[in-house]
Order: sequence, then C-alpha cells, then structure tokens
Amino acid sequence: MSTSGLAAQFTELVLAILLAPVLTGWVNQCRAWLQNKSAPSLFLPYRMLAKLFEKEVVLAHNASPLFRFAPYLVFGCLALAAAIVPTLGTDLPLNAAADAIALVGLLALARLFIALAGMDIGTAFGTLGARREMLVGFLAEPALLMVLFTASLISHSTSLATIVETLAHREFVIYPSMAFAGVAFTMVSLAENARIPVDNPATHLELTMIHEAMILEYSGRHLAMMEWAASLKLFVYSCMGLALFFPFGVAGGGDWLGIVLALPALLAKLALGGAGLALIETVSAKMRIFRAPEFLGSAFVFAVLAMLVHVLLEA
Amino acid sequence: MLQHYGPQLINLCAAVLLLLGFAMLTQRRILSLINLFATQGLVLCASTALVALLTGQHHLWGSALLTLALKVVGLPWILHRLIRRLNVKWDVETLLNIPTTMLVGIVLVILAFNLAAPISRLAGTVTSATLGIALASVLLSFLMMITRSKAVPQVIGFLAMENGLFFAATSAVYGMPMVVELGIALDVLVAALILGIFVFEIRERFDSLDTRHLEKLKEH
Repeated sequence: MSTSGLAAQFTELVLAILLAPVLTGWVNQCRAWLQNKSAPSLFLPYRMLAKLFEKEVVLAHNASPLFRFAPYLVFGCLALAAAIVPTLGTDLPLNAAADAIALVGLLALARLFIALAGMDIGTAFGTLGARREMLVGFLAEPALLMVLFTASLISHSTSLATIVETLAHREFVIYPSMAFAGVAFTMVSLAENARIPVDNPATHLELTMIHEAMILEYSGRHLAMMEWAASLKLFVYSCMGLALFFPFGVAGGGDWLGIVLALPALLAKLALGGAGLALIETVSAKMRIFRAPEFLGSAFVFAVLAMLVHVLLEA
Repeated sequence: MLQHYGPQLINLCAAVLLLLGFAMLTQRRILSLINLFATQGLVLCASTALVALLTGQHHLWGSALLTLALKVVGLPWILHRLIRRLNVKWDVETLLNIPTTMLVGIVLVILAFNLAAPISRLAGTVTSATLGIALASVLLSFLMMITRSKAVPQVIGFLAMENGLFFAATSAVYGMPMVVELGIALDVLVAALILGIFVFEIRERFDSLDTRHLEKLKEH
C-alpha cells in the first residue's frame, strides 16, 4: 500500500460522493436542452438535498427500525461500491478486498434493503415498486455479471483494477467482444438506474413507476439519503462503464502526476457519458413493464455472446 | 499500423455483423428491421473494403461498391417503397416468443462456432476466424425466416442470409470471382423484385400478408 494509492482512494471516494448529485443534475440539464425546455441549474440536486436535510422526518406509525436505518445502509453500500471502481488510479488499497463480484454483491445488498424498506410500511405502492424492482434486479444481475466476466476473461482477473490496468496500459487492442458487452452493459445500466426504457425517473404517482414507488413513504433526511444514494448509483454505473470500455487516462500505480491528470479526463468522460444517457432517454419511449424481461433477456443474450465471441476471436 | 490493426478491425466488423443479426431477430417493427438490414449492408461493405485494403485483392473493391449500391441503397429503398405501398408498419408477428427465439439463436451461434472451427483452421487467410461468425449470421437469418409469419420480414430474412453468405465468401477465400458475384447480386435483386410482387399477390388473395394462409392451397 503506497501513499499515492491511499490518496487516490480517498480522493476517489470523496469525489464520488460530492460529484454524484452534479452528474444527476447534468443529465437532467442535457435532457431538458434536448427536449427544448429551459434547463434547471446544474446544482439543483444539491439544493434539493439541502432542503430535505432541513425538513422534519415524518414516519408512519407502523414503521419498523429497518425503515429508519435502510437509507443509511443503502447510502453506505453505494459509497463503498464507488470506492471499489477505479476512476483516478488503479493502485487502490480497497482493491485487494473486493473484486467485481463483490461489487455486484454490494449493489444487490443495496437493492435488497431498498425493496425491504419499500414493503415495510405496507402501502400498496411500496410493495408494488419493491416487487418490480426485484423483477428487474434478478434479470439484470446475471447480465451484469456476464459483462464483468467477459472483461475478466480478457484480463485474466476479476479485480476491477487489474481489468483497467490491462485495458488501458498494455498495447492497444480492439476487442470485438467488448462491443457486445458494451451494448449489454448499457441496457443493464438503463434498467438498474430506473431510466427511461424501463422506468421514468421524472414521474410520481403513476402506475408505471418502480424506483419512486419504493421511496414514496420517505421524507426529510431519510429521503435525502435515498436521493443521494440514487445519484451515487448512477455515478457508480457510469464509472463502471468508463472503467470497462473507456479506461484511458486512469493512472497506474505510484503515479502522482497521473492521478492529477486523471481528474479532468474523468470529468470530460462523465460529461460525455451523461449527455449520451440524456440522448438515449430522449429518443426512446418507455416500455410496458412486461416488456422489461424481454429487454433484459436480450441484454443477457448479448453478454453471453460477448463471451462466445471472445472465445472464438480473441482466445 | 494498418497491418496490425486491420485484422482486428475486420474481427470487430464481424462481431457487429452478428450483433445486428441478433438485433434483427429480436426486432418487432418492420421499419427498424429494414434500417437494421441497411446498417448490416454498410458494415459488410466496410469489412469487404478493409479486406481489399489489407490483401491488395483489387476485385474486392468492386464487390464493396456493389454491396454499397445494392444493399445499403437499392434494396432498402425497394423495401421502403414496398411497405409504403402495402401500408404495413405494424408490429411483426412472431411464431415463437422473442426470448425463446433468442435462446435458440444462442444455440445456433454455438453450433456455428463449433462447425466452423475445423474449417477455419484449414483456411490460411487473415480473416479465417470470422468464418464462424459468418455461418452464425446465415443461420440466424434462416431462423428469422422460420419464426416470422408475415411475408415482408421473411423477405428481409432471405436478404440478410445473403449478407451472411457474402461475408463467409470474403472471410474464407477473399471473395468469389467477379462474374459469380455479379450473378449473385443480380439474383438477389431479381429475387427481391419477384418476392415483392409475390407479397402483393398474397395480399390480393388472402387480404393479409400471413404466409400461413398458403398452407390452405393443398389439394384435397
């Protein structure tokens, strides 16, 4: 463990927590521009969080302790997940403890607690949202794992840092399997982040919503933690996509200058990725919930094909 | 530079071709199906041009141009006109549901990869590894023809199958002689025209484009 590694790890974590609401704000801004609306401020999510932290918490009479600690647990899981994904440097102290499979596990743990909290109060909407979330989750998770396994096959390791190291710092090679994996990953992250073909992040109180339905009963600082966690989830998925498909600019071990230079590269890549997400959301229509299994089924098929193509063309 | 990245780029083209084949298999809308078919033609054209550039086989430039003219511009234009005149833009009906079709598709891909492995070991071309993908695209288009009940998607499946065959020819033996290629190109064009007329006839007879009606033509 080196000082530069510790510094990179710490900066990465703080940066993820601070930048996550800005990324959400950026996606909303791009989407508003594309739809010819006047765009909200980039820092609107921050003001929203500040407002929510000041407000009083209103709890239902039958809320169990689980309902109260779930927001902190979900936020903690996603912050830890953000720390595992290498964004600035690959020499991360946490890297030895957790690989890509552990990352998927952390995301699953967060999902489990959100779903439990959604069902805790016992309202119809919360239960409905929780069930739908689990439906999406159990279909998206294998596809995500297959995408990560394809990258692992290429770099012979399930550790995300080694994957980035292989893809970014060795001789540049075009991997056709990553084209398939990229399509599958995009589909999975749209579904997991409650984005438009599967869920609409902008609606409230509609029969179609998934994520919003689960956190409908939350208020005050609990809601703020949940909203922040949702932003963090988007940030984690964006960084995971960047780490797998555009890892260029991430610093190697012990490279102080590289870590400093990696920051503007990361910001530029996130800005482009966010604009791309806004574009996808603008040009596609929301699907019926019963089409979601088909959508995620194709994501899984593409991820499996990625592995097959790797075996055929690259092995 | 080019000698180094060229084969990798061809492999990428092959992968994209397969990706588009799967996208066509799962597509429900006829319009998107035609656009995907045109994109597949464009990728095919790019990969043929790349093989021509890498190996210095001049006649392949001709086939790349032919592909561009016929499969990216000509046939999609005919198909667009066909569906505008038939006024069919509704969702494509499938005989199997789409997830099952995809699973069958994966099995076909594994089969094709296994079948092609010994053949591509014999071929000494830079692109021999892509033979499996070419075979998989042919089988996927074939599957698409089988699982669709309407006539227009079946026609598109037939045309996409020719794309796969053409790619197999370039990847295994650097393309066929020009005469053969021109002949096939003309055949496909004529087939598209005849199938167009055929589609009109089906609609005239049955007021529908469902080819299952043709089963009733049996004499009893």
